[in-house]
Amino acid sequence: MTSRFFRSAVGIGLLAVALIALPFVAALGGQAWVRILDFAILYIFLALGLNIVVGFAGLLDLGYIAFYAVGAYTWALLASPHFGLHLPIWVILPIGASLACLAGVVLGSPTLKLRGDYLAIVTLGFGEIVRIFLNNLNAPINITNGPQGITLIDPVAFGSFKFSGTTQIFGLALSGPQKYYYLLVTLAILVVVINLRLQHSRIGRAWQAIREDEVAAKAVGINTRNIKLLAFAMGASFGGIAGGIFSAMQGFVSPESFSLIESIMVLSMVVLGGMGHIPGVILGAVLLSILPEALRYGIGPLQTAVFGKMLVDPESLRMLAFGLALVLVMRFKPAGLWPSPTRQRELAEAKS
Amino acid sequence: MDILLQQIINGLVQGSIYALVALGYTMVYGIMGLINFAHGEVVMIGTLVSITVAGSLIEAGMPVSLAGMAGLSASVLACMALGWGLERIAYRPLRNAPRLTPLITAIGMSIVLQNLAMMIWGRNYLTFPSFLPKIDFELAGANFTAIQVIIVVVSATTMGGLLLLVYRTKLGMAMRATAQNPAVASLMGVNINRVIAAAFVIGSALGALAGVMVGSYYEIAHYQMGFMLGLKAFTAAVLGGIGNLAGAMLGGVLLGIIEALGAGYIGDLTGGFLGSNYQDIFAFVVLIVVLMFKPSGLFGEKTGDRA
Repeated sequence: MTSRFFRSAVGIGLLAVALIALPFVAALGGQAWVRILDFAILYIFLALGLNIVVGFAGLLDLGYIAFYAVGAYTWALLASPHFGLHLPIWVILPIGASLACLAGVVLGSPTLKLRGDYLAIVTLGFGEIVRIFLNNLNAPINITNGPQGITLIDPVAFGSFKFSGTTQIFGLALSGPQKYYYLLVTLAILVVVINLRLQHSRIGRAWQAIREDEVAAKAVGINTRNIKLLAFAMGASFGGIAGGIFSAMQGFVSPESFSLIESIMVLSMVVLGGMGHIPGVILGAVLLSILPEALRYGIGPLQTAVFGKMLVDPESLRMLAFGLALVLVMRFKPAGLWPSPTRQRELAEAKS
Repeated sequence: MDILLQQIINGLVQGSIYALVALGYTMVYGIMGLINFAHGEVVMIGTLVSITVAGSLIEAGMPVSLAGMAGLSASVLACMALGWGLERIAYRPLRNAPRLTPLITAIGMSIVLQNLAMMIWGRNYLTFPSFLPKIDFELAGANFTAIQVIIVVVSATTMGGLLLLVYRTKLGMAMRATAQNPAVASLMGVNINRVIAAAFVIGSALGALAGVMVGSYYEIAHYQMGFMLGLKAFTAAVLGGIGNLAGAMLGGVLLGIIEALGAGYIGDLTGGFLGSNYQDIFAFVVLIVVLMFKPSGLFGEKTGDRA
């Protein structure tokens, strides 16, 4: 017992050291890599939010990025020169999360009686509607500034401590992306804890019951409508918070960042990693956000090394490799890279 | 009044194209219960192949109409091969996998196809060679062109042919049997693999036809054109009740007309607040509203439970 406790304490300690050291290691390759790291963690956040909806409750949501957009635009509008508002994070983030949550409820309440793929297409449609509105709400009243997007968005700041630019702390120079990294890691750990606690709670078990068999879940007295709505709203709130941070970190938002392909990306992270299994989802998010970037830096030089010149546009080649990777992983690991042990067992049983 | 008629005609043309593409989604869904997300890309490849083939034949001095036919046949053949290949590579190995797995492979294939197309045909818009003489007709104050008439007639004929195939031939019977219960169908001697491959091949052929028609209608094509078209067509299939052939046809036509009318009248309806740049919204708003009241589409049967 003690040795197990000791071992897990050592494990957590090592993980903590690794997490703290990571941005400094990444900075050796340039600040661009720290930024990539930041986005990987932001995607972990998003993927874990979507995992509540898709992984736990089994509701296929293809418009998840709409809630991310709501959060991002809330931040952008309340903390930028666009309306001349510069509200503090304590005000904006809750507003963003609640607006996203509200959007989730508004979308969910009429549509959650739909099943499977019908729900998928409705959420997809909702995502597109949000994007089209963001794109066009610059006339007659300029709300979103249309396709140009909103610029000069305030960074995250606690009092006078700003997360953009370099600061000296204990003689260490911390760059903007590095500071965001620590903020994001803290948030991500929070989300992981919430996810873990939810998974085996009464609500989590109710979600899983609905995922496995909705009729049976209803029969044992679960209020399926409210519980599904809760999953939707909770996933949406996480999306809203992630959107706010995204907006502050980028300093710029435009509707382009919230297209269907982004929703699909996040969904791919959840499914590729192992739906409903938290470590799997984290793995999926890290892989799918780092892989395209790694390919970006790898494929161009590789081509010049092998063929002596650029044969094909590296940008399309990297997306090609990315698409192939999605196909191949799913082909050989249909349950995801790191599925939950129960799910793996079920699949094995189903096969035999 | 003439605007109304004009918009209905435009909608009918666009709707027939949606319907043809929607059939590809619905056939695969009806038989296997999966969304073939790469279908829009198949349509895009069909268009681009026909541009290359017809364009180079015209340049080589072949008569325009002949070159057009050659382009169409080449594109149909290419897409049939592509559909067959897609099924073999991305779907067949995953037939017993969790339900979301083939969705991700489909997305992967669609990324692959889009980028392949970008490598082959480049990022720029391509102009579609005009196969058909430009003749305008006028009816009760509305104008329409020969191409529009041809699109509607060809789509209607093709759809009629498909219905005959599905309801009057042995292959069609095998398809319907597989859709109802693959295990039992296979016990009755139906070769499931062949039937599923046939659904993909036929769907892709229809997609190629639709792609050529889109190309000759708008006279422009692009490697990203498959995305929105596929999305709308899929919406049409769901609107009609996915898995139902007649539903996909009616859903497509309905969606086209609603969109055209919406784009024509939204300015008047909202007092100029929303303009025709909101055209793309109609498809999705109508979809959400219809599904709220008819959860399995206008003509759909009950489908599976889980995501």
